[in-house]
Amino acid sequence: MIAAARTILARDLRVVLRRPGDAATALLFFVIVASLFPLGIGAEPNLLRTVAPGVIWVAALLASMLSLARLFAADHADGTLEQMLLGVAPLGVIAAAKVLAHWLVSGLPLVAIAPLIALQYDLAPELYGTLALSLLLGTPVLGFIGAIGAALTLGLRGAGVLLALLVLPLYVPVLIIGAGSVEMAAAGLAPDGQLLLLAALLVVSAAFAPWAIATALRISTE
Amino acid sequence: MLEASQLACRRGARPLFRDLSFALAPGELLRVAGENGSGKTTLLKILCGLLDPDAGEVRWQGQPIRALREEYSRHLVFLGHAPAVKDELSAAENLSIACTLAGCPASAQAVQEALARYRLPEDSVPVRRLSQGQRRRAALARLMLSAHAPLWLLDEPFAALDAAAARLTEELIARHVAAGGAVAYTTHQEASIDAAVRRVLELG
Repeated sequence: MIAAARTILARDLRVVLRRPGDAATALLFFVIVASLFPLGIGAEPNLLRTVAPGVIWVAALLASMLSLARLFAADHADGTLEQMLLGVAPLGVIAAAKVLAHWLVSGLPLVAIAPLIALQYDLAPELYGTLALSLLLGTPVLGFIGAIGAALTLGLRGAGVLLALLVLPLYVPVLIIGAGSVEMAAAGLAPDGQLLLLAALLVVSAAFAPWAIATALRISTE
Repeated sequence: MLEASQLACRRGARPLFRDLSFALAPGELLRVAGENGSGKTTLLKILCGLLDPDAGEVRWQGQPIRALREEYSRHLVFLGHAPAVKDELSAAENLSIACTLAGCPASAQAVQEALARYRLPEDSVPVRRLSQGQRRRAALARLMLSAHAPLWLLDEPFAALDAAAARLTEELIARHVAAGGAVAYTTHQEASIDAAVRRVLELG
């Protein structure tokens, strides 16, 4: 079981390393979307400082959506998904390993680059820690929720749009709590409550999402 | 050891097959024949548990496979229509991943030997650079390392293979059946596989 999870993790990371374009696209998308806002709403520092947490979080949300559609679609197309369904390890474990691999190449770089984006918004340097931590806790939750949607829409025509319609509303709590934590910190209050809530969301989604993903995969491959 | 009772499957409104019952015992070779679209692939997918039949059930050693799931997968090798190899990885990487997922990790040396038997390049050429037939062989090389699984379900194993690779595959199947395994496969070509009990299931 552990061996299968490790194999899938290593396999997915290796596939991305040999074709880094996909992961780079999502990261570039994040940078560009987040950079468009200062250009659009003007360089008024106070306004930028106010919108920064929300805008950066929304950009992160959209960027993590972008590569989701391919999470299972590639494996479905080349037949390797069938072999995972017929593997001896529980499908939930494999699904969790796939989400983890996806997060390592699409979520983690986003967390690392967020302070750089925050610079454009003149966000106070002492907020960088809270911003990065909220993204660190929040982006895996986005991955778990999104993977359920990706599994459900597998093999459908227009899966990308449907996936967005299905998953974006479910992202709302994560967005509110995540952006809220940075706003709290900006107002001089302790963001611990929000961050703990995000951590709780992460624990709950890590516990239940793999099972939901596995069920969704079995339904959509029939 | 494998029993199918009164299987029925429809595709849309059109029935593919109905009341299909058969059993597969150790040492038996079953060829599923029929024209395109007659439900050969669907039948194999039902037998391995990827699809649920509209009626009837499949039993493995007396127990329904729906209840066994991973326990059944352990006794089974299914090679589907798609070669199930990742384009970005080499044939060796693909083979060793497939074996680990199937619960029987293979040593690097065993993997190399299996690939050499199927005359695949041993270096780290990604599968993307290989031809259609070579991809197929990369998938079939798993049979070299699957003697422990009693049941083989093979969908079109001879498609896109050259004569030598087809002969090697026939040999592997014959050896598996002789050793007490059971094999069900679909094919269009007439394959000449030696087996004590050879049966044909005609669909459509």
